[in-house]
Amino acid sequence: MSVVEHRFGPYGGQYVPESLMPALLELEQAWVAAREDPGYRGELDALLRDYVGRPTPLYHAQRLSEAAGHPIHLKREDLNHTGAHKINNALGQALLARRMDKHRIIAETGAGQHGVATATACALLDLECVVYMGTEDMRRQKPNVERMGLLGARVEPVEAGARTLKEAVSAAIRDWVTNVETTHYIIGSCVGPAPYPALVRDLQRVIGDEARAQLLEHTGRLPQRVIACVGGGSNSIGVFTPFVADATVELVGVEAAGAGIETGRHGAPLTVAGIPGVLHGAFSALMQDEDGQILEAHSISAGLDYPGSGPEHAWLRDSGRARYVAVTDDQALEAFARTSRLEGIIPALESSHALAWAHANSPSELDLVCLSGRGDKDLAEALEHLARRA
Amino acid sequence: MTGIERIAEAFASSAADGRRAALMPYMMGGFPDLETSRAIGLAYADAGADLVELGIPFSDPLADGPVIHAAATAALRAGASMEAVLGVGASIAERVPVVVMCYANLIFARGVERFADALVAAGASGLIVPDLPLEEAPEMMTACDERGLALVPLVAPTTPIDRLERIGRQARGFLYTVSLTGTTGERSGLDGGLDEIVARARAHTEVPVAVGFGIATPEQAAAAAEAGAQGVIVGSRLVRAAAEAGDPASEVGEIVRSLATALA
Repeated sequence: MSVVEHRFGPYGGQYVPESLMPALLELEQAWVAAREDPGYRGELDALLRDYVGRPTPLYHAQRLSEAAGHPIHLKREDLNHTGAHKINNALGQALLARRMDKHRIIAETGAGQHGVATATACALLDLECVVYMGTEDMRRQKPNVERMGLLGARVEPVEAGARTLKEAVSAAIRDWVTNVETTHYIIGSCVGPAPYPALVRDLQRVIGDEARAQLLEHTGRLPQRVIACVGGGSNSIGVFTPFVADATVELVGVEAAGAGIETGRHGAPLTVAGIPGVLHGAFSALMQDEDGQILEAHSISAGLDYPGSGPEHAWLRDSGRARYVAVTDDQALEAFARTSRLEGIIPALESSHALAWAHANSPSELDLVCLSGRGDKDLAEALEHLARRA
Repeated sequence: MTGIERIAEAFASSAADGRRAALMPYMMGGFPDLETSRAIGLAYADAGADLVELGIPFSDPLADGPVIHAAATAALRAGASMEAVLGVGASIAERVPVVVMCYANLIFARGVERFADALVAAGASGLIVPDLPLEEAPEMMTACDERGLALVPLVAPTTPIDRLERIGRQARGFLYTVSLTGTTGERSGLDGGLDEIVARARAHTEVPVAVGFGIATPEQAAAAAEAGAQGVIVGSRLVRAAAEAGDPASEVGEIVRSLATALA
């Protein structure tokens, strides 16, 4: 394939200020050249192997399977260096930035995992790094804020709006509009203007490529269902992509139902399926009021606390290839505690949404769940909520 | 008279009066509240504005700096709806041509055709959509052309020549030429190279070239005119005055008067 998709069905596009248009074209051309360049591919693959620790294991979680009543296999993205799938994308884009001779990197972060991954890649490649983060998320994810500082990144607090991921993305885009000639924006999910949704997907599909081969090797079959959490949707698009052509495999994206879909306090634009619109440069499913003002999302998990979604997900939904469901804060917390107790694995609150849905929805012949990240960053927040419920 | 004709006439009469450039102050509709924003728009007209740029408040204005972002947030909190803001526009349009600045999502939420109808009903002459580049604009362009509304495109200092040519050819009303690479907001000085930015824009379009972003003082307005701009847009300076002044309409009137004097 020699083109980069700008549209997924009606979704996607480039709804950005004119200042950024040349940079998006430059990025697209750089990506097309890089992905066909064995030098780039070789350097990235070597780093993914020797530095990140890929391939990550596929693990048959026997005790979770018993509790659920059907087999569950976990793709262990939590075992990546920096503790989540975000490093796959951050390293790939940081290498790309260096090829484009851009030595200043900006990023946004919600849960802090993408910020840490980007700060890590920048430390490794000697690039300047600025990470925008809402102050509410800085409170919820303090250890990651400290990590980014230690790695040499500057964390820019964002005070606007609900002080979470949406405003962090907006602040990063404003920085990019201003400093576009020297700066590359490493967006953390498969959102934003083209070519980002395709670029991030291409860099994250390693999750699904590995998992598909590993599952065939371990079990001799494909999964009945592939299940992953969806905020912007990068771990899910990464694990879904290699299975899209496997018609028998059901793809399930799990969004944040927050306090409950009916309360309006959630982060589930794909599940609710209201009128689509433009946020952060792409036309996609989003949470908005009837005038078109963007609504604040709500989730216990900072990484799912986002009112938008990747445009390819919106198209996978409309075309019937994937379906999108949502689980509440409480259900995610239960899965967080259950997975810790039964498997000795503390999952990220984001990934806990996918685990919760797999657990609650039997039967299935075989579930592949993407365990997108580790939960250490969530300990304070999760323990406080669990104590309140006890 | 169509909106496109009305904008052309405003630029032509400014030039015929011997003024150096047409003055187009920006305001945030519904800020600090609906009635004050109406008074601000009328004060602009009284003080010598040739056209008024009317912002519709949006929750996530990516092209705007902190002053206009905060004004949008405050306007929404004060309950400004699109209908009400277009109502303010209708009052101003009785005096001077109004060019509406609106982010793409607000337009799509209503539907492109319905939105264009609402602009016509409010007497607006043109439309600026800061997050609708050339590639995404065809549907909006058709809807505007069918109604005689000017869809005003933006060009930036980063816009390469071949792209500038395409944008300049499609421009209606005027070409909104961004003076700097960045978001809206006051700057202490203008970037060097304004002469070149304006000359480049003028060489690639038939419509007047108006310069905006970063122009706040009478000196900067005069410098933009000196560089060859046929229109000057001032935004954040006025929105800040509307936020800070005890009597916003009178304060912004003073500022617009001083800007108009600098362009006389």
